[in-house]
Amino acid sequence: MMQAIDRVKRARDTKRPSGKQFVQQLFEGFVELHGDRRYGDDKAILAGLATLAGMPVTVVALEKGADTKDKLYRNFGLAHPEGYRKALRLMKQAEKFHRPVVCLIDTAGAYCGLEAEERGQGQAIAENLYEMMTLRTPIVSIFTGEGGSGGALALAVADEVWMLENAVYSVISPEGCASILWKDTSRVAEAAQCLKMTSEDLLALGVIEQIIPEGKGFEAVYQRLRASLPQTLRRLCALPVPQLLDQRYQRFRRIGVE
Amino acid sequence: MLRKGLFKKPNNRLESYGDEVEGNSFSIPEELVLSCPSCKRILLVADLTANGYVCAKCGAHFKMSARLRADFICDEGSFLERDGGLKSGNPLQFPQYGEKLKAAMLNSAQNEAVLTGTARIGGSACAFFAMEPSFMMGSMGTVVGEKITRLFEHATAEGLPVVGFTVSGGARMQEGILSLMQMVKTSGAVKRHSDAGLLYIAVLTDPTTGGVTASFAMEADIIVAEPGALIGFAGPRVIEQTIRQKLPAGFQRAEFLLEKGFVDDVVARSEQRAYLARLLLLHGGAEGGR
Repeated sequence: MMQAIDRVKRARDTKRPSGKQFVQQLFEGFVELHGDRRYGDDKAILAGLATLAGMPVTVVALEKGADTKDKLYRNFGLAHPEGYRKALRLMKQAEKFHRPVVCLIDTAGAYCGLEAEERGQGQAIAENLYEMMTLRTPIVSIFTGEGGSGGALALAVADEVWMLENAVYSVISPEGCASILWKDTSRVAEAAQCLKMTSEDLLALGVIEQIIPEGKGFEAVYQRLRASLPQTLRRLCALPVPQLLDQRYQRFRRIGVE
Repeated sequence: MLRKGLFKKPNNRLESYGDEVEGNSFSIPEELVLSCPSCKRILLVADLTANGYVCAKCGAHFKMSARLRADFICDEGSFLERDGGLKSGNPLQFPQYGEKLKAAMLNSAQNEAVLTGTARIGGSACAFFAMEPSFMMGSMGTVVGEKITRLFEHATAEGLPVVGFTVSGGARMQEGILSLMQMVKTSGAVKRHSDAGLLYIAVLTDPTTGGVTASFAMEADIIVAEPGALIGFAGPRVIEQTIRQKLPAGFQRAEFLLEKGFVDDVVARSEQRAYLARLLLLHGGAEGGR
């Protein structure tokens, strides 16, 4: 089996399709919607409406950017508070129009900058966790690459969470863990192992429902998602809302102390 | 014990503790005095304790243990602990975590980084929690998440408001993804409590950062902060490394958050009891619960 650190490298591989490519491959007729109506439009989060097998859906995707110029434009997929607030605005809209939400996650984390703090990064993430827990429409979150801590979690309060085989999801980056805990940046591989951040680890811990296998290219991944997403969303949409919300609560409630 | 300034040439007789003053100097046992980390003046521990761990000279608010916090805020003898026996295992078998937990328990004389229970404040019944700074810097693992969640669930069932004091370095790394999940778990319980029409007041103390800021600390109806408390998502060092420049003075302090609109007020420790009692009364306190 692959070492955890190799998974981290795969998850960060710049040749991996970005959020935008997943949106183009999985959905039809994407209409991008901008802005949080409070401060601005965060380019690290791409959001809007589309159809999936004929079903209208709200799509929220973290976008790292394609080339250098685009990466700078997207702030390398590191969102500011207005990004999380845009996502929440569109999720509330999805609730109003009874359409499901699909989140595509690929980020090293929420941006750790001066302005992000000034505008309430912690408050923005907290509000998403709080509101998504009782959002009266199904949410499915898919980790396509990196899942970095609170910045990823703010889009992952979902009824089902799936991960691509080589995606990772962790409370802290292995670099951060090695440097804080051991003051030794050469122990990154060891930290990655200890953090249990691979898709197999997270499935075993009951944090995710499904692993999407990766082959040579991503065509099989797209196909698999095109087939399973509509099925899952239809099943979740058919549930009475109180039951959907209770299941969502219990999904997270059971994690931790037995 | 090595003292600071041991190799510095003394400026006066008081600073010197070498041979020349031995014999005619008097010494104060270290546990009776300490120097204020903010204004550096020498304080008597007895005075500091009587003053609620606030420096009488400069007003700096010292960290306070969860038990002292409960004693200081709650009506005398009203605090009843809940879930005090819950202890962390090592769910991911993280290296050295077991030893760290043992040391933290010895250091804090607590089983975990949060104290929860029910109490009365100014006669009003409430659910109460206080995080413990000397237990792995109040970091949130599965037990902290579970205790907070159980407290909110209990408060929802009993129709009680919640008053909580936060102090935390964030999610507990050694419990990996499981500690991240506690942010969602606690948020869900806070939301249910809120949807039941119940009041939650959070008092953010120094420091409140990371996963606690990005979950239940920022989800209260009324959020107040202690003077000078550091409150943020990312820590100042991480931000400085990211933006490669020094942060301005006062950045991420309680007063800064007040200015930016993220806390309702900055309330000094000496005022907190009366402040909380007033707010609980305004929300139908005193009779206390269902």
